[in-house]
Amino acid sequence: MLDDLVIPLEEIQEHYENGCLIYRKGISIEKNKPICNRCGNKNKHFFAHFPCARCGEQCLYCRKCIMMGRISACTPLISWTGPPAQIDINRSQLSWNGSLSEGQQAASERVVQAINENKELLIWAVCGAGKTEVLFQGIDAALTAGKRVCLATPRTDVVLELTPRLKSVFPNIQVASLYGGSEDRHLNASLTITTTHQLLRFYQAFDTVILDEVDAFPYSVEESLQYAVHQARKQSSSMIYLTATPNEKWQTECLQGKKDFATIPARYHRHPLPMPHFQWCGNWEKGLKKNRLPPTIVQWVKKRLDSNKQCLLFIPKIDKMEKILPLIRSLHPKIEAVHAEDPNRKEKVIAMRNKEIPVLLTTTILERGVTFPNIDVAVLGAEDRIFTESALVQIAGRVGRSAQFPSGEITFFHYGKTNAMIRAKNQILKMNEEARKKGLIDY
Amino acid sequence: MIIEHCLVCFSEMMPQMGWTTLFSKEESSYMCTECYAKFEKIEGETCKSCGRPLVEIEPQFKAGNRCLDCIRWEEDHEWAGTLERNHSLVHYNDFAKEVIARFKYRGDYLLSYLFVPLIKKKLQLISFDAIVPIPLSEDRLYERGFNQSEAIILACGYQPNNLLTRIHSEKQSKKSRSERIHLSQVFQTKINIPNKKILLIDDIYTTGSTLRHAAKVLKEAGAQSITSLTIARG
Ligand SMILES: [Zn+2]
Ligand SMILES: [Zn+2]
Ligand SMILES: [Zn+2]
Ligand SMILES: [Zn+2]
Repeated sequence: MLDDLVIPLEEIQEHYENGCLIYRKGISIEKNKPICNRCGNKNKHFFAHFPCARCGEQCLYCRKCIMMGRISACTPLISWTGPPAQIDINRSQLSWNGSLSEGQQAASERVVQAINENKELLIWAVCGAGKTEVLFQGIDAALTAGKRVCLATPRTDVVLELTPRLKSVFPNIQVASLYGGSEDRHLNASLTITTTHQLLRFYQAFDTVILDEVDAFPYSVEESLQYAVHQARKQSSSMIYLTATPNEKWQTECLQGKKDFATIPARYHRHPLPMPHFQWCGNWEKGLKKNRLPPTIVQWVKKRLDSNKQCLLFIPKIDKMEKILPLIRSLHPKIEAVHAEDPNRKEKVIAMRNKEIPVLLTTTILERGVTFPNIDVAVLGAEDRIFTESALVQIAGRVGRSAQFPSGEITFFHYGKTNAMIRAKNQILKMNEEARKKGLIDY
Repeated sequence: MIIEHCLVCFSEMMPQMGWTTLFSKEESSYMCTECYAKFEKIEGETCKSCGRPLVEIEPQFKAGNRCLDCIRWEEDHEWAGTLERNHSLVHYNDFAKEVIARFKYRGDYLLSYLFVPLIKKKLQLISFDAIVPIPLSEDRLYERGFNQSEAIILACGYQPNNLLTRIHSEKQSKKSRSERIHLSQVFQTKINIPNKKILLIDDIYTTGSTLRHAAKVLKEAGAQSITSLTIARG
């Protein structure tokens, strides 16, 4: 959008004349129906008119992507189609002394190949495989070829975490970091790290788009984000998808050979993934109404308290969690609970990390991203719809992450096994088998 | 206008939901019950000058039915009696902040309708001859595309009376309270308005200095009294 640019107008005009920029209408009309060219919105409910001080007319604007600034009928969208900021081409930009595991190395080579050949590739890496490092060589290959790279992820905290990491391994290039509220507005950085939402700002801008956590994504749900990814890519470009748990459709497409994929079936520390254990716990919701916890859960928690092992207990719903907390606190007063809207969320996670909390009850909010070194994990009510296959694999993936404590227990307490539970267990089993076959596990 | 989706969260609204009767019958409502509940309505006794709820003010910061801020304004000869009283609808809580920012800074014009039913109800209690918006500077108007205060007036079905213009534009938000108060006059008016009762409309009342500056100019132009109505009270 014109208003977002920090470059003077004359310079924009110059770039335009050189063919480095193109203008598009913010909103166009197709078959009498408006369509927002930034977010792809076609739903009439999300358009409205306003008396516009700029064009002096009743101007149509898109409400769906309003949080990124208003796109209206008189707003031109600007896209950068010129080369990225000059870098010393043909010289490696990567400054990293780490080494890749065997599994990472194989995947890394596939990434380089896909980027060089402008192809699509899915990297299916188990939780704790170290997927970020797998991208380094591929990003380097793109940069040395003068390509623009975009790394998109659904969550702002991941953008915040990845930015310094990538800046440190690519110290000499311009890195843009975009998320709601960020100030970075570099049009032509060589490497852009962004939330998927901010991806809507770009039009045919990238030679390589890397999409992180495709499973966590609203991507599979939200049409506008699919549109954004599509719009942000150049016509001839490569696309790398990263996931620990592809959904059923993607898994099938991989197995049928419709999707090119590479797996990293083992963790960096060469220990197998902990296998989930199923434990029937009866009608726990009914028990809760009488303020009773399933005895199996009580035993499970007690055992961990006695042996001083920290644990996470996943609960499907907030209201259930609020009922459980006082009951379970009778076992230990320092037990805490956390959910998405908890204002003390950060503090509680830090306290857990500092071992000040013995047991932390949580909703699926801690399903991914967070790592505690030496914990056991249980799910209460694993049969709930919220625990999809990928959620359960992610939850199991919280256990045994660190090399010092590579094992731990994961238990699914349930009132009736579900397909998702069985598929999750099978997925983990298959990954361990594959890793063994390939010699990626030592223990 | 028929609203099928909540203007704030886009969720579909069931027209038969009973709470709409809270508003006058013929008024459609523009937000869902969940969003409506997230606004904290200003109720009960308020400061008779600025509309701030008295229960929220510590005893040492109020006297009688006025808050200390307003008492300070009224003790100042330059400002005494400029703004007769302010009415505000909701507290400026995080949710209101978010929604007003989306309206004003992101430019979601349609949100000007959000409080129409509540504003209309309030207007029944205020007597006025003209509704006057707080003007924006030209730069600001171009940047935003519309004047939020005018938008609210239009949404309520009134014609804004543009009696005021801005003399110069300065980023008020970057200034401290005293700097803002002592800022030389920012508004002007070219017409005389003898004995008119004026109602000023704005989105938020924070220190009250913007509204008082506007009121002062109108008073000097002959207005009989100036009251104000804002959506939020900071
Ligand atoms: Zn849009
Ligand atoms: Zn316009
Ligand atoms: Zn709503
Ligand atoms: Zn007051």
